[in-house]
Amino acid sequence: MPGVIAEAGRSRLSSSFLRSLKAWLLVLPLLAFIGVTFIVPLGSMLTRSVHAPVVADALPETLALLRSWDAAGLPGEAVYAAAAREIRTARETRTLGQVATRINRLKSGLRGVLSRTARQLRSIGPRPGDHEPERAGQPPDDATPWRDTLLGIDDAWGEADTWLAIRRAGERFTARHYLNALDLTQSVDGGVVAQPPELRIYLPLLGRTLLVSLAITVLCLVLGYPVAYLIAQAPPKRANLLLLLVLVPFWTSLLVRTTSWIVLLQSQGVVNDLLVAAGLLGDEDRLAMIYNMTGTMVAMTHVLLPFMVLPLYSVMRTIPPHYMRAATSLGGTFFQAFRRVYWPQTLPGVGAGSLLVFILAIGYYITPALVGGRTGQLISNMIAYHMQQSLNWGLAAALGGLLLVCVVALYLVFDRLVGVDRMRLG
Amino acid sequence: MSGKTVHVEFEGVNKSYDGRKLVVRDLNLRVEEGEFLTLLGPSGSGKTTCLMMLAGFEDPTGGVIRIFGDSVGKVPPRRRNIGMVFQNYALFPHLSVGENLAYPLEVRRIERAGVVERVRRALRLVRLEGFEGRRPGELSGGQQQRVAIARALVFEPRLVLMDEPLGALDRRLREEMQYEIRRIQRTLGVTVVYVTHDQQEAMAMSDRVAVFNRGRIEQVAPPEVLYEEPERGFVATFIGDNNLLFGRVLGVERDICEADTGTDVVKAFLVAPRGVGDRVTLAIRPERVALDPEPGRYSNEFEAQVDDIAFLGDHLRVRLTVCGSTDFVIKIANTVGHGAVLEDDRVRIGFTPLDCRALVPDEEREEG
Repeated sequence: MPGVIAEAGRSRLSSSFLRSLKAWLLVLPLLAFIGVTFIVPLGSMLTRSVHAPVVADALPETLALLRSWDAAGLPGEAVYAAAAREIRTARETRTLGQVATRINRLKSGLRGVLSRTARQLRSIGPRPGDHEPERAGQPPDDATPWRDTLLGIDDAWGEADTWLAIRRAGERFTARHYLNALDLTQSVDGGVVAQPPELRIYLPLLGRTLLVSLAITVLCLVLGYPVAYLIAQAPPKRANLLLLLVLVPFWTSLLVRTTSWIVLLQSQGVVNDLLVAAGLLGDEDRLAMIYNMTGTMVAMTHVLLPFMVLPLYSVMRTIPPHYMRAATSLGGTFFQAFRRVYWPQTLPGVGAGSLLVFILAIGYYITPALVGGRTGQLISNMIAYHMQQSLNWGLAAALGGLLLVCVVALYLVFDRLVGVDRMRLG
Repeated sequence: MSGKTVHVEFEGVNKSYDGRKLVVRDLNLRVEEGEFLTLLGPSGSGKTTCLMMLAGFEDPTGGVIRIFGDSVGKVPPRRRNIGMVFQNYALFPHLSVGENLAYPLEVRRIERAGVVERVRRALRLVRLEGFEGRRPGELSGGQQQRVAIARALVFEPRLVLMDEPLGALDRRLREEMQYEIRRIQRTLGVTVVYVTHDQQEAMAMSDRVAVFNRGRIEQVAPPEVLYEEPERGFVATFIGDNNLLFGRVLGVERDICEADTGTDVVKAFLVAPRGVGDRVTLAIRPERVALDPEPGRYSNEFEAQVDDIAFLGDHLRVRLTVCGSTDFVIKIANTVGHGAVLEDDRVRIGFTPLDCRALVPDEEREEG
């Protein structure tokens, strides 16, 4: 008998194992897809924001020797020899440009010093012993020491700051992109200081992005709540029609909608023409409603409105009408009944809609790029700029990481306040 | 039941939702102060619509509704000061029991201490002391029901409407709540207009019952009158069980008539004046029919064939073919020495003319 029971236990175990295996196999394609198209690129991008191997790869020996340098006075001859050799190699493998750019960020002027040095070292040509690292420690007795050669090329090689900058630039992992993204900067000696106010770009931009997103969220809520209420109260046939009116713009191409706003809002556009025709505006003081922050906010509110209306509607639909009836029959005015009874019950929808709109808004790119002009740009446009034009991918990645932190923080706050399990997305 | 003050009055009230079909037709009804009146009827008979018009959620298409003599046509629900208990309680799910009860007081701007005291009193009335902090979702169906009643009473209205309040409860709880509602109503002396489709519930609780059918009131009367003296075939079958026979009047002597059912001649009590040749509906209660009576005891005695016997504990239900009906049912109490019956037996049955009521056929009034 015990044998039979054990047998039964085993088969139950294996059947539950089979079930979970089957479940995993069913989601495997999706997991693989998400892994390849989402998690891996995201990971590599986030890595790029802290990983800076260029200098470390180009000047490995110099950096190794610099590590034991006490930063008082100048480094030893061995360092100069290794630096000279590796700078020449870097020039030959065409990585010197990147290396110089990187080092130049820490001490300006060093880009010129490096390229000049590389040029002149080439004209001097290699010396015997250059390719024998084990001998590199001893100064060659038949020639000028490398220190004098380099000092002859540029006085900068005689400054401790130069070597400190190289040592700092040689760190494989760096927080400097994040510091940059937060408008902080690291001095050569390693201290973190705020950028002077006139050089601060990203924090004000991030602040503006959050503020604009908040304004858009509030606008969407103010505009969307009555619409959702109307649809939820309407008889089913009319509700479907109204819902369709909300969804048609949702299904229309984003570019078409954004371009339509340009047609409407530009200075020779429909709205200005109407205002001028109505005599409310003179022909010469037409309003600038597009290619600025106004344009960004108007177009984004329109684009994001369905994301507010749909969660609200789905919550309101589940609130039976007899609550409001009860509230009014118990003596409340419509306003009292709404504030005390209806509104609190729609909070999960308000939360879900607001979270959705806010998160979409702080990462929005296309609409501000098209209608934002110079003043209506958001943080994502700056990320795109660093990705596509300045090619500072590390900074772009750091800004992206910062945005991700904002979104996650927001989500956690929301979870604390409303509870994510209570919200409905439609 | 104090005095004869008319609390609620419907006068010639019509209601149509689509402008064509009347869901309530020419309704006239008076409810006295302190009375427990039940609107009883099958679904779609217009009883809930009447309640909604009284509460102010629907406007009558025609006619007048008065409360203490004043027309309430232009008065919004919140000014009618009517306590209402909804079918599914409509307790606000995001508020605690205490907050639910405080709501009608807060909107009436009653100061804080008074609110707390009244809430406590209302909860004591429904025997839920100390439940202030609970959420409706944490309560059982019966407890939610009590909270809903307490909320409808907490602001001391003189009129309380209840729309099928016990529909969601199981049978035992329902009976307990029927008793509770009745007790509370008697304690406070409030007027209650109660809607239900359950005739037993209506019988158990009401001072008077208004039976609704297809938008009209068929009869308004105390439960025992409705049972003993139904005026319409619909009431006769809707309240309790009844056997209906259909026939034509052969002759009339004072208020007793002889009616021909096609196979037999039955003597019956005339509820409304009928002439020779008029059609009548005869209604006989199953428990008023005697099985195998002493010959000559009843003036109505017939031979019947037993088709089916069902044992129901306290009584037997015997199905017969008699007087042109194939589903004539009689009840035999399960007492010592009740007659033994077998299926396919031929038996005799008897009943008095007074237990056999000759009614005007329902379809005749529909035509008129």
